[in-house]
Amino acid sequence: MKVLVPVKRVLDYNVKPRVKADGTGVDLANVKMSMNPFDEIAVEEAIRLKEKGVTEIVVVSIGEPKAQETLRTALAMGADRAILVTSDTKVEPLGVAKILAKIVEEEQPQLVILGKQAIDDDNNQTGQMLAGLLGWGQGTFASKVELGDGVVTVTREVDGGLETDSFKLPAIVTTDLRLNEPRYASLPNIMKAKSKPLAQKTAADYGVDVTPRLTTLKVVEPGKRQAGIKVADVDELVTKLHAMGIAR
Amino acid sequence: MTANLKTLVWVEHDGSAVKDATLAAVTAASQLGEVHLLVAGQGVDSVAQAAAKIAGVGKVHVADDAAYAHALAENIAPLVVELMGHHDAFVAPSTTTGKNVAPRVAALLDVMQISDILSVESADTFTRPIYAGNAIATVQSSDAKKVITVRGTAFEKAATEGGSGEIEAVASQGETGVSTFVNAEIAQNARPELTSAKIIVSGGRALQNGENFHSIIEPLADKLGAGVGASRAAVDAGYVPNDYQVGQTGKIVAPEVYIAVGISGAIQHLAGMKDSKVIVAINKDEDAPIFQVADIGLVGDLFKVVPELTEKL
Repeated sequence: MKVLVPVKRVLDYNVKPRVKADGTGVDLANVKMSMNPFDEIAVEEAIRLKEKGVTEIVVVSIGEPKAQETLRTALAMGADRAILVTSDTKVEPLGVAKILAKIVEEEQPQLVILGKQAIDDDNNQTGQMLAGLLGWGQGTFASKVELGDGVVTVTREVDGGLETDSFKLPAIVTTDLRLNEPRYASLPNIMKAKSKPLAQKTAADYGVDVTPRLTTLKVVEPGKRQAGIKVADVDELVTKLHAMGIAR
Repeated sequence: MTANLKTLVWVEHDGSAVKDATLAAVTAASQLGEVHLLVAGQGVDSVAQAAAKIAGVGKVHVADDAAYAHALAENIAPLVVELMGHHDAFVAPSTTTGKNVAPRVAALLDVMQISDILSVESADTFTRPIYAGNAIATVQSSDAKKVITVRGTAFEKAATEGGSGEIEAVASQGETGVSTFVNAEIAQNARPELTSAKIIVSGGRALQNGENFHSIIEPLADKLGAGVGASRAAVDAGYVPNDYQVGQTGKIVAPEVYIAVGISGAIQHLAGMKDSKVIVAINKDEDAPIFQVADIGLVGDLFKVVPELTEKL
């Protein structure tokens, strides 16, 4: 059984985003970029499923040529081969989902595991869109994934708690934070990953029109909160809260 | 400003009552034009009745069928797509159901969704947070139909009375058969829901374990009639369940008072609560980033300070 895992290269989780002075976006020049944390969880989950009948993990990234680094990280973690799809323009989730649908057609995976959202655009769309395009089930926001006979059972993090649903294979799973803790790639595996196969494609190779549907008119910093006062003790805190009409 | 679109708003409900998140979505939709609602579920008469009373509502489309009992996206999406034949915009609250269903609908309509909007600038232009709310983007959609999810804290809640929507049954599209509901563990909680609580007391990793969370945070919350939240660290460490999590990927809250106890204030946590009216922080580390956004800060040992606060309030 083959698993496909799409991964995205994003601004590192620990780097504070800076809005560019001209208001066109967030400054990504000379800052650390990493694999989207939710996608790391997706790669890890695929690797863990290898002990349960998964035979091959194919990772794919769509974006600029440097996304190759992100794919190499996934290969070093334990994925078997990679597909890099480059595009001159930024590809939106809808375009990504359309390219992925074409790759699914070619690769015929039984499961596609994606991060539930990328921490740059915070869209939370790609997995659901891909599922819609393919007519597959979508086990979104997964905190537990169990492969059964022709089905995958997914425990999902929902607003009120947890919900478990089962989906006919092939299916889509999107990962939430508590699904697993991704491993670090070891140095020998990083070396080995350099010789694993990585196919280079372009969005045009798949015949998908990725013209953006959304135009970003401007990007600004949000209104900043000012630090307030510090109180010396609980009594002063109680006085302040009461003065604001709280808990009186 | 009101544009001239015909919108279809997803009604989030628990089988008997309309959830608050719906009301913010109704307000956002009303800025786009006419507001129609979709109530989907099984045995949802009372929900439909309540929905019809929401101020400013036109038609209430009711799809009452076993296929919709658990709001599985695979079954809901074809229903929405069918109704979108005569609507211009699908508007869903940014709940886990909304986030699950809307992108599937968008893909089927060949539309790029606009997620988690903060404001409606015009019929095709919206603001939305990116990078955990560290930047706000203004985006314009070129799609003929719009698919939108709405951040609940960014819009006033529509009034639950005063409307006289016309209830209309819609035919079921049936089951797609690719997904099956197994079970749900929904927390039964007497405290206010996080997304609508006026006061929230949140705990972080400094609580050290679940028992401390229980014995330190909850009495303060109960004294204040507050909801209880947590940082990701506290949830990951297993002190409390996932539905407590406030932050970029958890719940987005904006209560009148947010009391952060033993939470350092990672940007991912701030993303979920920095629109609170008053932020109170209690932390023993005076350099904790939470103090940079707090209106009132108290540097101290939470194990001493919080019980004292609970007693003195």
